[in-house]
Amino acid sequence: MSGEITILYFARLREAVGIPEERISLPQVGMTAGSLLAHLAANDEAKRTAFDGIDIKIAVNQQQADPTTPIKPGDEVAFFPPVTGG
Amino acid sequence: MPVRIQPHAFDAGAELAALTQGRGDIGASVTFVGQMREFSDGTKLNAMTLEHYPAMAQAELERIEMQARERFDVTDLEIIHRYGELHPGDPIVLVIATSKSRQPAFDAASFIMDYLKTSAPFWKKESSPEGETWVDARKTDDDATARWQRD
Repeated sequence: MSGEITILYFARLREAVGIPEERISLPQVGMTAGSLLAHLAANDEAKRTAFDGIDIKIAVNQQQADPTTPIKPGDEVAFFPPVTGG
Repeated sequence: MPVRIQPHAFDAGAELAALTQGRGDIGASVTFVGQMREFSDGTKLNAMTLEHYPAMAQAELERIEMQARERFDVTDLEIIHRYGELHPGDPIVLVIATSKSRQPAFDAASFIMDYLKTSAPFWKKESSPEGETWVDARKTDDDATARWQRD
């Protein structure tokens, strides 16, 4: 099984990051949504700036998640600001 | 289809009729329509764009609908949420709840809207002559959802 995951960004976070979606290889086993976010920020200045000051909500495989949610190969991880529909 | 996410407008009257016509078992129905206001904090808006996370939005709305079905004695529920570009006065969201008596219908419609506001992945971007602005989440919406968690 490939160690790749899909990451999605939405709304103002998508604009700040500059892309709606990317695929990356998990850098290590035992990652969580929170450690993934930290990894992305640590390796990309633009993302570090984008994540700064935005209240980031998380979903893993289309379900609400939090920074402690485990991430495994094949997962779809979404990062987005608080929702404003309705 | 109890949950629909679509770019085009809906006809609330036709949706209500489809759920209730000829149904002698239904004694009450509540129809909620949320529509776009022309002013936002004193700024006159031209348009609004609703972005969404399609797969999760469908799953979340179905989950909320299921919770409402389990919690309230309703006959039927329907949720329609639009995405894409909207203009002032355009309908955004429709919730219909039908029941034997009025209270479960009122409660289910209110419950669905409160949870939809705080957990369904949709984001509004307002457009005015001054530019485009993402709408901020409101604490009053979190408070409205929290009241369902007390009892």
